[in-house]
Amino acid sequence: MCSYIVDKVRLTGSAKGQAGWLDVDTANVYFDHPYHAMLDHALGIDFVNERDGAPERIAVELSAESAKQLALSILVALKRGAAEHGETV
Amino acid sequence: MSYLPMTTDIVSFEGHNGAKGQAYYARPSGSQKLGGVILIHHLPAWDDWCIEACRKLAHFGFACIAPNLYFREGPGSPDDVGAKVRARGGVPDEQFLGDTAGCMKFLRAQQESNGKVAVMGFCSGGRHAWLAGCGLPGFDAIVDCWGGNVVVDDPKDITPARPVAPIDLTAKMTAPVLGIFGNEDQRPNPDQVNRTEEILKKLGKTYEFHRYDGVGHGFFAAERPAYRAEQATDGWKKVYAFLDKNIGPRVKAS
Repeated sequence: MCSYIVDKVRLTGSAKGQAGWLDVDTANVYFDHPYHAMLDHALGIDFVNERDGAPERIAVELSAESAKQLALSILVALKRGAAEHGETV
Repeated sequence: MSYLPMTTDIVSFEGHNGAKGQAYYARPSGSQKLGGVILIHHLPAWDDWCIEACRKLAHFGFACIAPNLYFREGPGSPDDVGAKVRARGGVPDEQFLGDTAGCMKFLRAQQESNGKVAVMGFCSGGRHAWLAGCGLPGFDAIVDCWGGNVVVDDPKDITPARPVAPIDLTAKMTAPVLGIFGNEDQRPNPDQVNRTEEILKKLGKTYEFHRYDGVGHGFFAAERPAYRAEQATDGWKKVYAFLDKNIGPRVKAS
């Protein structure tokens, strides 16, 4: 399938591209044919700065299973880090 | 036995609202008259696969133009340009039809044209091919390779950019249709393919559908895990035969 569905996640942070670090304010998340990964469908995430017109993107294409593992790992890391730093996330 | 020499160029065409479009154009070299094919890329990008398929159609004796539907986003690597278009929800149907009308005009203006033109597409390009067949007069053949969202079951897939389900326009289809589908595909799934065929039959349209067992979506793409050699080889033969019949005769190597 070619899916037109894009989930836009507003975020605060930075990402490192070919020209160095840049601020990012949006992640475009989708599940569709990848461009590079040797998969029929992949979870794609494009980190961009829409405020600046998104001239560059930091992209990943992940298998569905590894995307799920990554999502879980992010939550685990946040929980452990918050405990270490005494923060609430 | 020999092979057809081929000429390829990056060309311009008059797109929607007069925009200067960009396309890859491949055709057998020489002075023969050729049937033309407009080849529509899938949503991710105007990518290598599309160009390869364009060259394949020229290799088998047709003039093929593969427009970059994302030319308005300017230069850049096809994947990055495609990502920008995806983030904006894809190209509007109206814009697509304007660009495709420009490609039809381009093909018929070439000295090698035999006057006949087909439109063919893969995946979202298959949907586009259906849309063009219903929305633009003048086509001689339509080739839909596993076009998703020709039948729209989820109302969320009707958007301002894509305001109509192409299947609802089928009464306007004037050219013969070839459909190539995988029985393990989920978009379109076998039920949607069956419903599509029922409508063609009911409306008395000329068509041929080929459904393949053991394959899902995109099984022509040799560089992807979904590739199925036996079914893809047969599918391409069906495409050549259909185009030969409807926009040919195709030019053959001596």
